[in-house]
Amino acid sequence: MISDGIEDEEKWLTAGIAGLQQNAFYMHRALDSNNIKDALKYSAQMLSELRTSRLSPHKYYELYMRAFDELRKLEIFFKEESRRSCSIIELYELVQHAGNILPRLYLLCTVGSVYIKSKEAPAKDILKDLVEMCRGIQHPLRGLFLRSYLSQVSRDKLPDIGSEYEGDENTVMDAVEFVLQNFTEMNKLWVRMQHQHAIGYSGLQGPAREKEKREKERNELRDLVGKNLHVLSQIEGIDLELYKDIVLPRILEQVVNCKDDLAQYYLMDCLIQVFPDEYHLQTLETLLGACPQLQPSVDIKTVLSGLMERLSNYAASSVEVLPEFVQVEAFAKLNNAIGQVIEAQPDMPVFGAVTLYSSLLTFTLHVHPDRLDYVDQILGACVNKISGKGKLEGKTTKQIVALLSAPLEKYSDIDIALKLSNYPLVMEYLDDSTNKVMSNVIIQSIMKNKTHISTADKVGALFELIKGLIKDLDSDGNDEMDEDDFKEEQNFVARLIQMLYNNDPEEMLKIICTVKKHIMTGGPKRLPFTIPPLIYNALKLVRRVQSQDENASEEATTSATPKKIFQILNQTIEVLSTVPVPDLALRLYLECAEAANDCDLEPVAYEFFTQAYILYEEEISDSKAQVTALYLIIGTLQRMHTFGVENRDTLTHKATGYSAKLLKKPDQCRAVYACSHLFWVEDQDGIKDGERVLLCLKRALRIANAAQQMANVTKGSSGSVILFIEILNKYLYFFEKGNTQITVASIQGLIELVTTEMQSDTATSDPAADAFFSSTMRYIQSQKAKGGATAEKFEPIKV
Amino acid sequence: MVLVLAIGDLHIPHRAADLPAKFKSMLVPGKIQHIICTGNLCIKEVHDYLKSLCPSLHITRGEYDEDSRYPETKTITIGQFKLGLCHGHQVVPWGDLDSLAMLQRQLDVDILVSGHTHQFKAYKHEAGVVINPGSATGAYSSITYDVNPSFVLMDIDGLRVVVYVYELIDGEVKVDKIDFKKTSTATL
Repeated sequence: MISDGIEDEEKWLTAGIAGLQQNAFYMHRALDSNNIKDALKYSAQMLSELRTSRLSPHKYYELYMRAFDELRKLEIFFKEESRRSCSIIELYELVQHAGNILPRLYLLCTVGSVYIKSKEAPAKDILKDLVEMCRGIQHPLRGLFLRSYLSQVSRDKLPDIGSEYEGDENTVMDAVEFVLQNFTEMNKLWVRMQHQHAIGYSGLQGPAREKEKREKERNELRDLVGKNLHVLSQIEGIDLELYKDIVLPRILEQVVNCKDDLAQYYLMDCLIQVFPDEYHLQTLETLLGACPQLQPSVDIKTVLSGLMERLSNYAASSVEVLPEFVQVEAFAKLNNAIGQVIEAQPDMPVFGAVTLYSSLLTFTLHVHPDRLDYVDQILGACVNKISGKGKLEGKTTKQIVALLSAPLEKYSDIDIALKLSNYPLVMEYLDDSTNKVMSNVIIQSIMKNKTHISTADKVGALFELIKGLIKDLDSDGNDEMDEDDFKEEQNFVARLIQMLYNNDPEEMLKIICTVKKHIMTGGPKRLPFTIPPLIYNALKLVRRVQSQDENASEEATTSATPKKIFQILNQTIEVLSTVPVPDLALRLYLECAEAANDCDLEPVAYEFFTQAYILYEEEISDSKAQVTALYLIIGTLQRMHTFGVENRDTLTHKATGYSAKLLKKPDQCRAVYACSHLFWVEDQDGIKDGERVLLCLKRALRIANAAQQMANVTKGSSGSVILFIEILNKYLYFFEKGNTQITVASIQGLIELVTTEMQSDTATSDPAADAFFSSTMRYIQSQKAKGGATAEKFEPIKV
Repeated sequence: MVLVLAIGDLHIPHRAADLPAKFKSMLVPGKIQHIICTGNLCIKEVHDYLKSLCPSLHITRGEYDEDSRYPETKTITIGQFKLGLCHGHQVVPWGDLDSLAMLQRQLDVDILVSGHTHQFKAYKHEAGVVINPGSATGAYSSITYDVNPSFVLMDIDGLRVVVYVYELIDGEVKVDKIDFKKTSTATL
């Protein structure tokens, strides 16, 4: 039973500690009376508790720590010559009489420590002796702790450079040798654990559970082994040469030869962590050379990623180290190593390979940001790896997105990413939804950095990349996208179109044509979003070349002329009929008409108006939409100065006709009096046909009357007088502007009409109308108060 | 004192990608009590952005607005002032002050805020004040050449309103101010 096992362990531990403490007590008593023989006897008994096989590593450690504490006190005793009453050499001899080997060795190490300190013998000899004697314990757990003890007591006594133990006989090499040997032996012991049963093994657990327990136990002990590497890293005497020639090869030899994946993974990682980055850089080839030799099950990609990350940070820490990277050809070596690892592990999933390349890319962006060829190379390798693999799983695509996003973040100019020949190839392998995600990332990068994409070629390349947003990629119908999400996505594309710009009109025109070509593949769903921004880009271009046109003296060899652009505009807006979105198309035609007007291109402007009118007549049937459309038509037409009399008349006549045919009488009335402005333009050359203005106003009046009568009939009371007040205001407008057809009498008549209506019994009260009338009367008063010609004009009007 | 932001004609994303960065950094939530928007945002994202600056948001419909439920005109009373809001494409001739004055009389307001021409204007005209905040993004307009991004901030304090106009000219934000006072609570 597992629970029994744990309970048992607790029992053993408690018993062990009790035994240890009891013997320690007697040991101390013996020490107090300087009885060295008894002290050794009891200390050996105390240390015998460490001979147990019943404790798991975690519990054994607890026991070990108590023994360690006691041994410290013993060591202090040993140090004082007067108390021990024998020489250190004698003591060294004496402790070897202990019955069992484990206590014997612990005591030996303790004495050995004092021995070295006494300098009665060269440190190297003692160290060598100890490290070899420890071979006597081949039991993994006990051996590991024993050697760990040796390592701990010898730490400050290594013959390092500048240490007191250095001398002619003792050199750094000896220190290195000692630590390396201890390390090697410890690793062997540690690996051996893999082939034994776990300590808590009861035979009743299945093999999987057993393996799990074993690995857990091994992991608990790994720092004991790793400590040796740490010690090595602290030895000052190890310079780059020594590291390169002796230390690293020896460590790697052990790592590779032990053929244990747990040890390999941990030790490689440990090695990379404890030694300085400059060393790694200079020994890159050796270090990387070990990687393909490791067990296939080792997660080497994490190790390599860790290494690359460290090196990236090293590069980022100071600019001076960058030349080193170039000198050791870091990139080439890493690239090769990754290639070899991937080859050596044919079962490595695609995810693993992509992660490796991703780390390499991050490294490259940090260390060699100017080497686009490196970046491209990495992308190319990725393409090779992912091609032919069919559908990629989620985490792989995530990794690829990270891979592709990295250059965008590093280089705020999208131009650079567009230069990478393999970039679009990688994107080819993304499935549709990931392509969209990536496209969004690209657009966001452009928007954030406010880069203006400036040539048609780049624009083309960009639109190729983001084609997931531009058109339907799936031929057999894509999955239903949430409408709001789709809108957001397309609006994003629209904003992107705003970022495409070049000062040179020729190039700008090319850009517009390129965009047009791409967005035309978008289908009716996308066109209403993508066409308008393109239209406005083109209209802005028209304005630019318009002023140039005026200055151009010779016959233009350029193709970026207003006429040409208007042709393109016309074609483009026409495509909207396939959606169809007549309201939008009408607005765009009118915008173009106004632009053509500014260029004095009468036929072009007329054509646009014609198209707009056709849409109004045939496609726009909703009454509210008609009203808005009509105001736009009237407003635009009012501003046209390029039309000759005939054209203008035709268009105006139509507009007034539409106005009178609106569904609701009030709308009719308002539209008709708005048309009055078509005959009166304040510009110096503008038309000022007072008669026709009046005709319009009178017509509006008739309609208002009809509306009143209708209200009488249908509701039994007269409707609001507001229309009359509006018309009155229009009369006043033209009166003020000097239209002689508007007489004081007509104004007076209207005022009386309104007053009568408002006071009549059947009048419906309308506070808005009342307020309007009041403010109108106030207006007349204020005009009268102005003095001069205005006052004179308004004087006759009685309020 | 009540701060009212008058803004409009952004035309995102048809004619502009985004508000200028310098404007964005100035418009922070919590400082403004009301936003009046002339219209032509055009998309929901812009609506949400304005709403995040201030929950009291009044919008009238521009001809390109995605949301057709915005009203054609709106009147709001803030302090001693009655404000009228309208996009302006309905008032022909576009930008004509006298026609706008008529609308002002019709709505019976002290201050009329309208847009459409993308050209900043702040006038004391006849019986009231007519304000056009221009286009916050400097969007293309068939009516006005060389549009500079602009918006207006009104500080209403008792019978006085100070109109601050913020204009982005050659990359720098320039501020100008105009004072208007009501003589009585009746008229301006």
